Amino acid sequence: MLNITSILFYAFSIVLLGAATMVVIARNPVYATLYLVLTFFSAAAIFLLLGAEFLGLILILVYVGAVMVLFLFVVMMLDINLARLKEGFLSYLPLGLAIAALGVLELAMVYWTAPLGHIPAPVPFPGNYDNTRALGYLLYTQYLYPFEIAAAILLVAIIAAIALTLRRRSGTKSQRTEEQLRVRAKDRVHLVDLRANKH
Amino acid sequence: MPTLSSYLILAALLFSIGVIGIFLNRKNVIILLMAIELMLLAVNINLVAFSYYLGNLAGQVFVFFILTVAAAEAAIGLAILVVYFRNRHSINVDDIDELRG
Repeated sequence: MLNITSILFYAFSIVLLGAATMVVIARNPVYATLYLVLTFFSAAAIFLLLGAEFLGLILILVYVGAVMVLFLFVVMMLDINLARLKEGFLSYLPLGLAIAALGVLELAMVYWTAPLGHIPAPVPFPGNYDNTRALGYLLYTQYLYPFEIAAAILLVAIIAAIALTLRRRSGTKSQRTEEQLRVRAKDRVHLVDLRANKH
Repeated sequence: MPTLSSYLILAALLFSIGVIGIFLNRKNVIILLMAIELMLLAVNINLVAFSYYLGNLAGQVFVFFILTVAAAEAAIGLAILVVYFRNRHSINVDDIDELRG
């Protein structure tokens, strides 16, 4: 039986896998980044099908809005010699395909033998179910310490990224707060006695 | 209706595409980072699918943490990449073999 959920699932899955394939085979890193955006949009739709509204929206807001824009910035900022990066592009393709096929085969064998069919179909959520509220309740009670650690990890990431990319060049203009505070009016303003010339 | 297995196989395929991407683009660090993002996304789909079918929100909480760590990883990885490009004017992985103490 093909209902609307199945149609949506297969449509978004096909878009997801196609866009992911384009990410890894695209010639231009800018195209790869844009296909990655499409991948994340499709994955957000899959999350919505699975009843994870908050994570689906977070995936679009944080991933598409912040991380992908960061990727795009870096891709466009760096002047990359694409020809050198693409040499030997296909030489490892057979090995990669073999390993990927092996991985999929192993996982598929596990899925076929695992008693996944015994997992009952999920009960539909009640009308007043709020995924964001439920997730927030869990995050701020049971998972409070991991949540705080996640915040600390983000802080460390900010500091590391800024400390890595910050560079002090000679000749740049910057404020010197201590000199600004120490300055007096006579250091800045010179009164010059100008007499008007009379012709 | 898509079953749990359909979601898991979708995630397995996405993960394998990420693996192929690492083999294909082993010289381009930016695409390598993107392939890692694809693999993390596959793991997230697995966790959300199990969370839905088992009726347990813990999986979604873990996806939340994976997203946090992945964002931090991408930010630091790109920062290292920018610093490396400034010094060497290249992002080729083959050039990153000249580490001296």
